[in-house]
This record gives sequence, C-alpha cells and structure tokens, in this order.
Amino acid sequence: MDLNYSVSDDAFREEVRTWLSVNLPDDLRFKILNHRRLQKDDFARWHRTLARKGWSVPAWPVEWGGTGWNATERHIWDEECAAAGTPPVLPFGIAMVAPVLMKFGNEEQKQRYLPRIRDGIDWWCQGYSEPGSGSDLASLKTRAVRVSDANGEHYLVNGQKTWTTLGQHADLMFCLVRTEESERRQEGISFLLIDMKTPGITVRPIITLDEDHEVNEVFFDDVKVPVENRVGEENKGWTYAKYLLGHERTGIAQVGRSKRELAFLKRLASEQTKNGEPLIDDPLFAAKVAHIEIELMALEITVLRVVSQDGAAKGPGPEASLLKIKGTEIQQGLSELMLEAAGPLAMPFDENLLEGKSEEAAGAGANVDAAPLAPHYFNYRKTSIYGGSNEIQKNIISQMILGL
Amino acid sequence: MDFEFTSEQTQLADAVRRFVDKDYGFETRKKIVASTAGTSDEIWARLVDLGLTALPMPEECGGFGGKAVDLLPVMHELGRGLVAEPFFATIFAAEFIKRAGLHAHNAILENVAGGSIKMAAALTEAQSRYDLFDVTTSASRNGEGFALSGRKAIVAFGAQADRLIVSARIRNHDADHAASRDEEGLALFVVDARAKGITRRDMRVLDGHRVADIALDRVEVSADALLARGAAARELIDAVSDYGVALLAAEATGVMETLNAATLEYTKTRKQFGQPIARFQVLQHRMVDMFMHFEQARSMAYLAAGKVDSADARARRKTVSAAKVRIGQAARFIGQQAVQIHGGMGVTDELPAAHLFKRLTMIELTLGDTDHHLQRFIAASKEEPLGDERSIARQESEARLQRAA
Repeated sequence: MDLNYSVSDDAFREEVRTWLSVNLPDDLRFKILNHRRLQKDDFARWHRTLARKGWSVPAWPVEWGGTGWNATERHIWDEECAAAGTPPVLPFGIAMVAPVLMKFGNEEQKQRYLPRIRDGIDWWCQGYSEPGSGSDLASLKTRAVRVSDANGEHYLVNGQKTWTTLGQHADLMFCLVRTEESERRQEGISFLLIDMKTPGITVRPIITLDEDHEVNEVFFDDVKVPVENRVGEENKGWTYAKYLLGHERTGIAQVGRSKRELAFLKRLASEQTKNGEPLIDDPLFAAKVAHIEIELMALEITVLRVVSQDGAAKGPGPEASLLKIKGTEIQQGLSELMLEAAGPLAMPFDENLLEGKSEEAAGAGANVDAAPLAPHYFNYRKTSIYGGSNEIQKNIISQMILGL
Repeated sequence: MDFEFTSEQTQLADAVRRFVDKDYGFETRKKIVASTAGTSDEIWARLVDLGLTALPMPEECGGFGGKAVDLLPVMHELGRGLVAEPFFATIFAAEFIKRAGLHAHNAILENVAGGSIKMAAALTEAQSRYDLFDVTTSASRNGEGFALSGRKAIVAFGAQADRLIVSARIRNHDADHAASRDEEGLALFVVDARAKGITRRDMRVLDGHRVADIALDRVEVSADALLARGAAARELIDAVSDYGVALLAAEATGVMETLNAATLEYTKTRKQFGQPIARFQVLQHRMVDMFMHFEQARSMAYLAAGKVDSADARARRKTVSAAKVRIGQAARFIGQQAVQIHGGMGVTDELPAAHLFKRLTMIELTLGDTDHHLQRFIAASKEEPLGDERSIARQESEARLQRAA
C-alpha cells in the first residue's frame, strides 16, 4: 500500500490543470464557483470542448473514446475539474445509458448512439421513476404493447414518468416500461430508447422548492417506439436497470466538488465577521467545519478504495451505496454550513443573480457569495432522495453486504 | 405551576385556527405571497378584526395589555397556518415604543392596535450579522432633533411598514464616534417610513416573507423621536429581541406541528413495496424523533414566553437563548426529515411540506441563529456566581421570600 501520488501522477495532474486553465471559459467557471444556475448551452458547450480534446468520456473503454486513465488518474481528473469549476458533464448519456449499451446493446445501437453520446450531440434523460414508483422502482406501470403495422413492428407506450432531470432539453430518453404482467414485478420490464420528439410525448415542468425548473413530468400517450430501440431482451430490462443504477451511485459521491465547496465555505467564513472576529475563528463554527472536513478526507480514500477494486469488466458493487450516502451527507452538510455562514445575508431571494442576468446582488445587505446559498441549501435536500433515497441505500447495504 | 391556557387565550387561539383553516388555505397563501405587494389587506383586516393587533398593546392605547404568554397560542396558530403577514414585524417593533414608556408615541400604539399602522424594526445592517449592537447608521444633531443616515439590511417586512424603529449611533461633533459595537452613542428612533430621505427596496424570501433594505439619507426626525440611548437603548434592544425570540419560538412550534402532521399523513397514504411507507420501522422511529423534537421545542417555547418578562435580565437571556437553541435544533431536524420522508414530493413547491420547511429555516436565521444563542446562553451561565449551584427556580424563590420578609 502506498497512498502517495507517483511522479507520473503529479505530471498528469500538471497536464490536466494546465489544460483546464486554458480551456475552461471564464463565464462557466464563474457560474460554477458562485452557485449560479446553468443554462442548457452551458452544459453543451463544455461537453463539446472536452470532446474535441478527447476527454469527454475518461471512464469508457479506449475503443469507444475512453482515455485509458487508471483509477488514480481519473480521480485526479475529477478533482482538478471540480477545483477549476467546470460544469458537470451530465451523467445520463455517458455514465448511465452508455455502460448499458456497451454491455447489453447490439452492435448497431452501439455504433449509432455511443459516438453521439461521447461528443455531446444527443442530450439524454432518464425515464425510471413514476408517481407511484420511487423507492419501489420495480412497481412501475408505464406500459408498452407490441404492435405491427405498415411501418413495421413497434411498441405503443402509455403512462407517466416523473423527476425527469433536465428532460426539458432532452433529445432521447432511456426508459423502463412494463412489457408483460408477471408474478415477480422485476420480470416483464423492458429497457427502451425513446426519441423525445415522438408524437404523444408531453413534458411538463415541476418547480422545486428553490423555485427552479430542473425536473419534469413526462407523459406518454400512444407513443410509438420502434422495436429496434429496445436494449437487450424483452422483459429482462430490470437486469440492465440495476446495472445502470450502480454506475449512477459512484459519481454521486462528488468528492472533488465537496472539496471545492469546503474551500468556498472557508473563504466565506473568513470574510464574514461574528462579534468583530472572522467567523472561521469562532470555535463553534470551526469545529463544525473541521468535522465535515475529516469526514470528507475519509470519504476520498473510501472512494479510491472502491473504484480501484472496480475493474472495467465488472460494474461497481453494493459499496456504491456507501459512497452515495456519505457523499450526499457531506454535500448537504456543506450546504448547511454555507447557509449558516451567510446567515441573514442569504435571506433575500435574488433570481436575477441566480440566472446570471445581474452580476451584482440587490440591496444593501447584498453579497454575491451569500445570495445563492439559501436556494442552494433547499435544492440540495434532493441529494439524499434522488438516485435511490439514502434509506433505500441502507437497505441495499444491509441486504447485500451485511447479508441481513 | 399551571400549563393550562385561560379560556380567553384558548378562545382566541381557536378563532385564529378557524380563520386559518377556512380562509387562509395553501392556494390563497401562494397567490398572496407571489403578488407584487406580497401581503394582503384583506387578510390583515381579518387579523385586526380578530383582535390580534390590539392584544399586546397597552390598555390605555385601546389594547388588551397582553403579554408574551397571551401571544404564545396566537403565534402558534399563525405558525400552523404559515401566515405570511407583517403581524410579528409590527408588534415586535411596537414593543420598543411600549417599553420605552414615552407617552408621546401613544398615538402610534393606538393605530397599531386599530390595525391602521404597520411597523418594522430596522436594526440590522450588512455587517452586523446577529449582533444588534453592531450599528453604523449615524444620528447627527440637527437643530433640536436629529438627522439619520446609513443603510439597514434584511428588515423583516420593512417595505410594508408605516413606521420604523431605527437603531443608530449619535455622533457628537467634538468627539470621534465610538466604534460600531460600543454601547456609547447607541440610540433608538421611531421614524415615519415615508419620511424624506428614505429609500426602501422590497425583496422576496423563499419562505414567502419579505425583507427590505432601507437606505436613510439625512432623514430628519424631531427630538421626541428618540426612544432611548446609551445603556438604556442597549437594554431595550436586548429585552425586546428576547421578546421577539419568544414569539418566534411559538410560531416555530406551530409550523413544526403542521409539518409533523403532514408527514405522518403522507406516510399513511404513500404506498411503496405494497404497503404504506408508515409501516417501515426506519420511518416510524424517524417520526418518533420528530415528535420528541417538537415536544421539547414546545416546552422551551413555553419557558421562553413565561420568563421573557423576568426582572432578572441574566435569567431572561439564559432562558430565551436556550429556547432559541432548542427550537433551532428541532426546526432543522423536523424540517429536513419531513422533506426526506416526503421524498421527491418534499422538494417540490407543490406541497405545504417544503414551505413549512423553508419557514423553519428562516426562523433559524432570524434574531440570532443556534450558535449565536448557544454562545449567549454560555455567556449568561458564566455570569452566575461561581460555586452557586442553586437552580434558577431556587434563586427566584429565595429572592421572593427575601422580598416578602
């Protein structure tokens, strides 16, 4: 065991850091570092920049455009991206549907979709949750009936999906549908790829508690999906769905991002004063910052331990649930401490500032750092709910790891 | 000891509850807080009709002379209904006039009682955080009166107010003005919110309330606008902010009660894995914890309301700060867990749960957060004589006996 970075790791870090400093546009960096809302083009622009360099899909096999970096190098990359303030590369294409296509898709599907995912040409969204099927995903009811007509064979899809993140921008959805009623609810599910422009699809916004439009409801009314858009075998979709969820949960730890937020928190707390002294020197506050920093240090090593075991062939195991729980606890803890540090200055809700329509915060108590922190705190309550609630993750650990 | 409310107190609370249940539904509130004004004249008139604005005003000003204990059940009900009107802001600011005891301003209190005047306390500034003695707004001599200049920040319902309580620092020409946090020169003024030189900026808060930034540019006030100065101003701010915390604590317990009930109800109707999620033990225990937080918070709200008029300022500070700490802890646990248990629905703006959570979050940030009051509690505890291990109750009891003797 050696927990030190090697000379070649250091050289690699220097290389990516230099590249990021040249290629990350200032306006994107500003939005990320300052908790502003991102627009569709912000995500797309950064994805295309990475694709041009050949770094948009580091974790993929080299034959499909992966960089061939080892686990340590990928970690360094994530850390440097987070520190630089890059927009996130959305996981729906590269980290969710792509691994499923690589493992279970046919050759035509791989050729058709993977290069476009790599280059950020198609925007994907996830069609898993339904109003009655959240934690209990296997109870999903959206139906797909196989029919034939003059245009060939297709599925006729009816039902509703919900919590569809950024679905308002999506070109394609990977979607779980019920193709057969069966005793075991995990059976009879199929995995379809659906063009969002197909007639019969309605996307309706869900406004979240921070008054943002990030998630949607998607309604399907006699939506025709060609049979060749099914991945793998009919009625075996649950296997593919679960495979995908494991991938979803590793990225969710967000260690690099939390390190950046910790640095932000420390800066904010050193600029805010409490009883005439910097807040960061207040023993109560300093202790809370220290506790979360220590938890984050531990999580970083835990993540590295888990991903180093995670060979390319086998998907991440139930340990991913641990990363999801601890990662989101830390993210939420940081969002709380940032709100506490900002205190009353976070109270005015300044939508123009959040949306980037104004560079300056409104009002005498205006503080560009503080203003976004209440919406951020409220928004981040989602992290312990999405991607399988933390309660469900604990069930997974108790069943799959502890054998209870 | 008596934990029963009087029949008058109960009747009033019941009347507020009926009003909230019948005429202040979730959708009604949503429309009001999203409107340009942010508040509703109609709802305000109903609160006035119920006698709420008259309740804490002195009898000589057309009020009922109600104390914090009388307001506790009312604030609890307003919290239950998540009422976003400047009621608390008004009676909190009026309390400064009441306690300053200057009869020159009785007309204001009469109008507050009658509902024709709303008030706000403009105490905080951008740099002051929770330290209400950190004041840089200046009061310069101007003939017999004063001219006020400075900027007040995050003033609850400041843009909706007709009269403001403004803290400032009196400057003498012949002396350097004291550092911003000293008691020297500290002063409180009552100011017409529409006076020349005042600019107000109304801003939304995500909990449906409003705050204002208020710029004062040589705002001229007469000599009798001065409510208190120096040590008296400091004690007035300290005592009235404790009164405010006691009322906010009562509001918070109302919010918690509704949120706990909504969560319990949700778990009975939401089905996953073929059964209501209320059947899952992990959620049952979580809700038991939420319930216990609520009960502990309610006890502290009672204690704060009961002790806020204590003659012993140290005991008052210690008790009220203890209440704010405990309420803050309960608010955070209940708010976060209620959202968690509601799942995805908890983070939408569509259900009351998120709005109750947001209000609890903002109450935590009002008049001192949990850490601020934890330290104030510790400071008040340190003032107790070393080696004196008598409880507050014992000390009070002994003091009463001594007085009687």
